[in-house]
Amino acid sequence: MGDLIWALITVTLAIGGLLAVLGGLYWLSGRLPKKWQEGARSWVFLLPAMVAMIVGLLVPAIRTIYLSLLDDNGKDFVGLSNFKTVFTTTGTRLTVFNSMTWVFVGTIFTTIVGLSVARFADGMRGEKAAKSAIFIPGAISLVGAGIIWKFVYDGPPFEVGLLNSITKSIPGLPASMGGDGDRIWLLERGFGGAEPPATAPGFNTFLLIVIFIWASAGFATVIFSAAIKGVPDSLIEAAKVDGATDRQAFYKVTLPYIRATIVTVATTITIGGLKAFDIVAATTGGRFGTSTIANEFYVTKFVQGRGGLGSALAVMIFILVIPVVVMNRQAQKRAEEMMGA
Amino acid sequence: MSITPSGAALGNKQLTSEAKRRRRKPLSTGEATSRSLSSRPGRIIVYCLMFIWTVPTFGILVSSFRPEIDVKTSGWWTWFTDPSVTFENYRRVLSSAPGDDNMAKFFMNSLIITIPSVILSVGIALLASYAFSWMKFKGRDWLFVAVVALLMVPLQMALVPLLQLFTGGAHIGSVTIFPDLNLTGTYVGVWIAHVAFGLPFCIFILKNFVSALPKELIEAARVDGAGHATTFVRLIVPLSVPAIASLGIFQFMWIWNDYLIALIFAGREKAPVTMKLAQVAGERGNAWHLLTAAGMVSMILPICVFFALQRYFVRGLLAGAVKG
Repeated sequence: MGDLIWALITVTLAIGGLLAVLGGLYWLSGRLPKKWQEGARSWVFLLPAMVAMIVGLLVPAIRTIYLSLLDDNGKDFVGLSNFKTVFTTTGTRLTVFNSMTWVFVGTIFTTIVGLSVARFADGMRGEKAAKSAIFIPGAISLVGAGIIWKFVYDGPPFEVGLLNSITKSIPGLPASMGGDGDRIWLLERGFGGAEPPATAPGFNTFLLIVIFIWASAGFATVIFSAAIKGVPDSLIEAAKVDGATDRQAFYKVTLPYIRATIVTVATTITIGGLKAFDIVAATTGGRFGTSTIANEFYVTKFVQGRGGLGSALAVMIFILVIPVVVMNRQAQKRAEEMMGA
Repeated sequence: MSITPSGAALGNKQLTSEAKRRRRKPLSTGEATSRSLSSRPGRIIVYCLMFIWTVPTFGILVSSFRPEIDVKTSGWWTWFTDPSVTFENYRRVLSSAPGDDNMAKFFMNSLIITIPSVILSVGIALLASYAFSWMKFKGRDWLFVAVVALLMVPLQMALVPLLQLFTGGAHIGSVTIFPDLNLTGTYVGVWIAHVAFGLPFCIFILKNFVSALPKELIEAARVDGAGHATTFVRLIVPLSVPAIASLGIFQFMWIWNDYLIALIFAGREKAPVTMKLAQVAGERGNAWHLLTAAGMVSMILPICVFFALQRYFVRGLLAGAVKG
């Protein structure tokens, strides 16, 4: 209770103080010569946002780039050697490949699930219920999602994991695929006798990606559904008059029409996949070869205390985001041109 | 090719919009069956996905009401044949007795972290959006592009230096340009982090909305002698309520569900539920019965918010994605 009262007082004071300062500055700007007034007042409106973003985001981001060029103690300049370490150490190289897998597998399947639900539920009885069911995981925190799936994937000493119970009931399934019902799914990298090499993502990484798909599909569904409903009826109708089946109309008319939306959603999911941290941290903590770049960043910096390498990993995420955004822009432009033509 | 018709679905398709119904009517002749056949696999796919998507959450919901011994020895699906209900798990995780998890306190922490962060980020962003939309100053477009570019910066890039700023201040030589405020492990530190990291998105969304408000209204206010402050308070704020609501809910979900920022800035005492939940999972990994209840406590509010305010939330999502 004490915390709550303290927080209420602090917030009231902070907001009051902020408004008083802004009001004062606004009044002061009114005393400036006429030609400067508009500019000065604009900056009063922008001030809190700019200060917060410069102090909290821009300067720290630039400093992280600088720190990534220093050694782990932040003392000596080492050039790009931290980045070299990322790619030459087996452990960190695996995290890069794992993140790539998150991005590709996660994005492709989330998009497919989202499109399927948006398409097939459109106009269906219980459309709303269907979309809500798919969306609920999206309202849950990724930590919560990790915990929920822990109950699916867990093995001994937890004897009643859902996945084990399913695989156990399949007759003739080999133990390497969970046939004995005693598999600890998130711990084992191999599957069905095949053991992945040390630098390739294991089967457990794919199981974590399932959680990611499960959590993001609702977002994709909502956006796709709105986009599909936005396709002009006349277009679909014209295609059908020309003899197109539902299927053909979907692939030849609807999909091209909502292309820009698909690109946007895929971009958002891709960036989400690159930043994948919560799910990994809440389930395996990155052990058993499941770490991603974002998780490795946390472990390297905050568990092992290695500033240089940690910063390099954070910059890696940024470097990987840039081409995605650029590709998104280009695809977006192409889509717009197509629509214009 | 015979004209496969299409709209024929009338019988089994419940179309919500009147327009759609009208479009389909003239086409729906005797061939309704072909449509219903072609969409049956589609419906089955949707039902399967619904099932897969709901089962894991449903399992933990059921488990959270089962006694410890049941949770550990029989699958939750056996509950239907052998139902037994207890609130003991919830009592344990919410209780503040020594050795218990005291989730109630961390739930409160989540509220204390989330609500001010939402109010501050949306409020500050609305101010900036007005300047970007309706005020004239040098470099306006350039500055807005810079803000949008900040959307790309992953928050991992900013965490470490911001933490250093909170614990050690900033100095150039011997000159202190930011005092050592020791903000780690305080709500203030978490608020600042959430506001700073959330602002580019909030400004992006609100600017799109505010700049699309009718020009005539704002000009009329100006002709009547209203200054920028008056226009903002009397006109922009009330007109932006729908956008504020959508964005506010979106931010609420995002901040409530955040884990990384809390992990870095909140410390154990001010931790939100997500962080506590991860802790419970890590430290008492074998207490499955408590984990279920702790998980439900952390999810209950966002799920309720989603169901109660679905419309606004979806609108917020769309605004964020369509122009992305």
